[in-house]
Amino acid sequence: MTIEAASHSPIAPETATGQLIHPRWVRVTHWINALAMFMMIGSGWQIYDASPLFRYIYFPSHLALGEWLAGALLWHFAAMWLLAINGFVYVTLGIATGRFRRKLFPIRFGEFMRDLTAALRGRLAHDDLTVYNAVQRLLYLGVILAGIVIVLSGLSIWKPVQLKWLTAFFGGYNTARYVHFFAMASIVGFLTVHVVLSLLVPKSLRAMIFGR
Amino acid sequence: MSRPRQPIKGVDPSLLIKDAAKLLPAPSRRLFLRGATSLGALAMLTGCDIIDGPTSENALRVISDFNDWVQARLFSETTLAPTFSESDITRPFPFNAYYAEDEAPDIDGDNYKLEIGGLVDNKKPWTLAELNKLPEVSQITRLVCVEGWSAIGSWQGVRLSDFLKLIGADTKAKYVWFQCAEGYSNTIDMPSALHPQTQLTLKFDHQTLPTAYGFPIKIRIPTKLGFKNPKYVTAMWVQNNDAGGYWENQGYNWFSGL
Repeated sequence: MTIEAASHSPIAPETATGQLIHPRWVRVTHWINALAMFMMIGSGWQIYDASPLFRYIYFPSHLALGEWLAGALLWHFAAMWLLAINGFVYVTLGIATGRFRRKLFPIRFGEFMRDLTAALRGRLAHDDLTVYNAVQRLLYLGVILAGIVIVLSGLSIWKPVQLKWLTAFFGGYNTARYVHFFAMASIVGFLTVHVVLSLLVPKSLRAMIFGR
Repeated sequence: MSRPRQPIKGVDPSLLIKDAAKLLPAPSRRLFLRGATSLGALAMLTGCDIIDGPTSENALRVISDFNDWVQARLFSETTLAPTFSESDITRPFPFNAYYAEDEAPDIDGDNYKLEIGGLVDNKKPWTLAELNKLPEVSQITRLVCVEGWSAIGSWQGVRLSDFLKLIGADTKAKYVWFQCAEGYSNTIDMPSALHPQTQLTLKFDHQTLPTAYGFPIKIRIPTKLGFKNPKYVTAMWVQNNDAGGYWENQGYNWFSGL
């Protein structure tokens, strides 16, 4: 709680007109994560293309990062530090400040179905951005878990000898590659919805930039 | 002079061409981002040419050097690569190189000698007959390619650490450098050279190493990516300077440990 309280910064002071929705640590880690994900996914696509897992899935080179495999690998193994360290800070603070508990729980099946139906009909209200609906809760929790899985499965592919216990946990080297791919696919799926919705509800984008 | 070329049992020629073609990089050896539309947007946001320029290349190389350091510390001489059973062996085991299989060096085994140099007491070159008399070790391990695919193979030969001791190599030296018949080369760190599974390989699946897999000598290092396992080795040098390597010089990470 103290960390969150301290992050009510002078740059974005509390005013009578708006409540602080996202403390500074959330906004900073969010945008660092956006940059890291952008680099990891772009370079990861190029690496995937060197040895595709699925015959009909490959990523156009102009969408990928790194001109060929060597460049993509250098980007991937540079940006991994940013992704992992920033992700570690985010998850640690999310748990330590109680933000995850307050914002993401509880997730009830009935509420999820109700909110999903409303969302699909375009009737989901976003009057109070400080409270996440059940669909948001599940998606945010899901993408945090996908982030953890993608880092751990990535480590297990990178170091199948030194971290062989981790590789074994993911079902061996080959299976770990599929786990890594599907974690990426989940994150890209989330990102698509996330970016579209943030543009449809611009005040949510503003809140992630300015805090309110 | 040269050995008659024989088709290698269990090697699918269509795989060979595919693998060789895939490894050919773009004609321009710019490593990174020319034409990356996804990053064009970011470059515009930042208002500077950070992405597609020498700055980013240099930064990435510095981080790659840092990753070498991290990997050297993560490396443990007592951590063994997982081993597998005969039934796990990938058949056909893929040929892989930056050239097609019919361009692989064809070496005359009878006249072949492994050159030894650098910080070594006994620099006498070794014939295959002499090498084959040394105690044999065997392993069934996974070869992991930098591209992502992997294959399980069975290799037999001399434990490299035993061979280094036998020739009186200075194992306090930093590197071992390998020169190959077709011009390929690799430099590896001494701790990896001394790892108990690192092997001066003479056989694949208990048969004399076929041309496709590196006849007459492959250095099998199951703790490193495949491109750090040189084939067609003709010379081995123990030294304190890093002589680089074919792919490392083009941007692949130097340590490339697993």
